[in-house]
Amino acid sequence: MQPLGMGQAINQALREEMRRNPDVFLAGEGIGVGIHDSPMLPTAGLLKDFGARRVKDTPVSEAAIAGLAVGAAVAGLRPVVEIMYNPFFTLASDMIVNHAAKLRYLSGGKSSFPLVVRMKTGAGFGAGCQHSHNLEAWVAHCPGLKVVMPSTPADAKGLLKSAIREPNPVVFIEDMMLYFVPGPVPAEEYQIPLGQAEIKRQGTDVTVVTWSKMLLVALKAADQMARENIELEIVDLRTLVPLDKETLLASVRKTGRLVVLHEATRTGGFAGEVAAVVMEEAFESLKAPLRRVTGPDIPVPVSPPLERFYIPSEEKLIMAVQEIL
Amino acid sequence: MQISKSKKLEILWSLLLSRRFEEALTELCKIEGKIPGMMILCTGQEAVGAGVCAALQPEDVIITNHRSHSHLLAKGADPKALMAEIYGKRTGCNKGKSGTLHLAVPEVNAPCTTTVVGGGPPIAVGRAFAQQYREEKSVTVCFIGDGATNEGSFHEALNLASLWALPVIFVCENNLYAGAQRYEEHTKVPNIAERAAGYAMPGVVVDGNDALAVYTSACEARGRAVAGEGPTLIEYKTYRWRGHGESDLQLYQPQEEIAAWQAMCPIPKLRGDMLAQGLISVDELREMEHRIDAMVQEAIRFAEESPYPEPHEALEDVYA
Repeated sequence: MQPLGMGQAINQALREEMRRNPDVFLAGEGIGVGIHDSPMLPTAGLLKDFGARRVKDTPVSEAAIAGLAVGAAVAGLRPVVEIMYNPFFTLASDMIVNHAAKLRYLSGGKSSFPLVVRMKTGAGFGAGCQHSHNLEAWVAHCPGLKVVMPSTPADAKGLLKSAIREPNPVVFIEDMMLYFVPGPVPAEEYQIPLGQAEIKRQGTDVTVVTWSKMLLVALKAADQMARENIELEIVDLRTLVPLDKETLLASVRKTGRLVVLHEATRTGGFAGEVAAVVMEEAFESLKAPLRRVTGPDIPVPVSPPLERFYIPSEEKLIMAVQEIL
Repeated sequence: MQISKSKKLEILWSLLLSRRFEEALTELCKIEGKIPGMMILCTGQEAVGAGVCAALQPEDVIITNHRSHSHLLAKGADPKALMAEIYGKRTGCNKGKSGTLHLAVPEVNAPCTTTVVGGGPPIAVGRAFAQQYREEKSVTVCFIGDGATNEGSFHEALNLASLWALPVIFVCENNLYAGAQRYEEHTKVPNIAERAAGYAMPGVVVDGNDALAVYTSACEARGRAVAGEGPTLIEYKTYRWRGHGESDLQLYQPQEEIAAWQAMCPIPKLRGDMLAQGLISVDELREMEHRIDAMVQEAIRFAEESPYPEPHEALEDVYA
């Protein structure tokens, strides 16, 4: 085990998959150059090590970057393209939503689009709402896409390796804050299949379903509550599509109580989908109404106290848990 | 450029096949319940598809759009599979998932078709990138209309294609209308081809109703692309005889304008020249028309007799 930040773990995954398969190439704005050539960031050093044929620094053209991925993928290449920040997805979204996601279906299953779109996101950097905006629910709403949102460096590496080998388009959303949170990463070859949630902490009293950076909040809250003999079970979805209903429902059936925690804003957020699945399939197990702990329905503000107010905290999660105990 | 007799016959065949195919569709789509959705025809513009695709090799790729019948037929798509798809039948080239609008025929290297105006150019850039990455001596053609050139994606794609010298040919069929908007109402620059200058790539204006001129210009662009000299934007001046779709009453298209362009129909021009030059006899022409008619009738029979998909088949083909 080696302690790495998530950016470094992703860097390893990219290197390993590029070495393994010559059809894998990277493209994006400033990938591996300038400010992005910093050791903690995912594309550091790749241009130098793999050359300009396979690491394509593109113009500031999100539609063209995403289209590059769609067209190269249908030819059988394995593009891994980067849309610098999740909010810029809007500029690339026609290519991803109308094309990457739908063209296989429209071809009657004849054409495939094995591509990965990586995007950074997450509040906490004072970058404001046009750089920090978690839009995972948008993409999860589009059949044809798979959606990954890792919470640990080890998961990010194993999931990205699976995503690159996937025959389907995958949207891979990375919280920037996690680039700077080291965690153990196995040195040997491994993959983590898409569609498998992981119980990051066993518990008996309340299930907390979460993903990405909010796992850290959930684990801290669980530590605090354990002092009061309240045991949270933390389910990290890791991939929203496909959704691992089995793990989710088994946990809810065990604890009988559910809080869904995500950083994204509340209305139309993916917590609603998780809640609906539980209501439809495990209603009889619920001992109390479920709760959502999410960002408020506001754009992410810049000023530190305002941004801190936006990001769901341990205190808010603990309050929600206490409400349903 | 010397064009062989067999190439001219191939182009004439494509022109006549596309026209006959769409003449049949023009009637079929009037029958209630026969054909689902919209019916978007390229009647009058067939010389572009016929001429461009005649300049291509089987390994060359086309990314086309909602007005695709002539492109796909000229690239060699099976009329039966196309017609069945247009009918929404299970035997269609896309199992009824696409209908007439997004016909994809990977078997002839038309792997995906988009109705999103401006959707094609970025994908064509990616497909051409794969050709360059693998050092293949082939090209990607992107068929777009005049309206698409006002989408931002068109400009992003042209810039990237030129920057990386990708083997792509942007074929703009300027049929004078984007929806109900006449060219002058949506674009200030007199010729779309002039936009190529902004991306340091050649832009050429060609008579889109002259199938041989289309063929020649496409050959030149293909030659540049496979030589590693990068993309070309070709603007083919042509005209949409029908409305945007068959439900369009065409109130905005002056009757005399339609008549004037119909007088410049690409078919009699090529046919007349070939007859005059003795490249085809009247009997051979009649025989060709007979074979095409039989092919279209067979496609219709196949589509009519084919089953619809079962409802649950809607759930298939979302993911690989």
